[in-house]
Amino acid sequence: MSRARPCVLAISSRGGHWTQLRRLRRAFAGCNITWASTDRDLAKEVAPDQFVFVPDASRWDRVKLAWSILSVLWLVIRLRPDAIVSTGAAPGFFALRFGKLLGARTLWLDSFANSEELSLSGRKASAFADLTLTQWPHLGEPLVASSAAGNEVPRRSLARTKGHVYHAGAVV
Amino acid sequence: MILVTVGSQLPFDRLVAPVAAWARARNVRDIFFQHGGTTVDLTGFEHAAFVPPDEAARLFDRADAIVAHVGMGTILSCLERGKPIVVLPRKASLGETRNEHQSASARSLEGRRGLFIAWEPSELAALLDQLSELRGGEKIGPDASPELIAAVRDFVWNGQAPGQ
Repeated sequence: MSRARPCVLAISSRGGHWTQLRRLRRAFAGCNITWASTDRDLAKEVAPDQFVFVPDASRWDRVKLAWSILSVLWLVIRLRPDAIVSTGAAPGFFALRFGKLLGARTLWLDSFANSEELSLSGRKASAFADLTLTQWPHLGEPLVASSAAGNEVPRRSLARTKGHVYHAGAVV
Repeated sequence: MILVTVGSQLPFDRLVAPVAAWARARNVRDIFFQHGGTTVDLTGFEHAAFVPPDEAARLFDRADAIVAHVGMGTILSCLERGKPIVVLPRKASLGETRNEHQSASARSLEGRRGLFIAWEPSELAALLDQLSELRGGEKIGPDASPELIAAVRDFVWNGQAPGQ
């Protein structure tokens, strides 16, 4: 099934979203990984991996929002990743949106902070992302049945996971 | 050293003011405020509106205890270092954040070792007085849960999700 070294974009805003994204690092071992976030100084935290700065977006400032969206679009066009993973917020959401249009498979991991309901971005992303994960068991269907904890678990095709919300553990 | 931090988004004077008042009353000087822009007089204390990530990491390393909002970045930084943290949730009803997720997070995290919750600013002083006795929980590792790592890994490599 697996091809050589998938090209992966892991993208989030700085702060808590980033801290959670960084805790997925081991999942990207062996991939051609590019990290992207809204603070240049975060490059050090994932060195020597490739890191790209993207400007932050705010719903309230239209010029900044447009600049952020264009930067994310350019990044996704330039990288043409096989897969995009985001923990939020706005830049990650747009990366998933554009990535989906360009044929990438897309994963939204909703923040641990959203323990009572999925974030607004998460709810929107779940409509088109190939896989949407919550970190709280009561907010999603289990992705892996507890009885199937072996190595050879059956696979679920992405056509079936789209539009649903699953739980497969947490960043902590 | 006590690190007071309100995160990279918005000020949070409902936390900063009572902590500064407590530090003055108890003559605590070894305290750093990352306040995000404040109207509270912090003369005599080390403080900054924001600090870059590497300096923030150094402050977390140095701190004996952390006083903060219920931000996941801050809480994970404490759990990764096994340091005790006192938190006050931001309230959307007071314009301190966009929704009430901080109160929900605090309820979900309640009982975790090393995490102490002040639901209201009035509860801060009593917790701060015990600060030197508060102990952090076990240090957590750098990785998300094995199940989550496996799911993400499977997704990026094979484009499939583990099923049942």
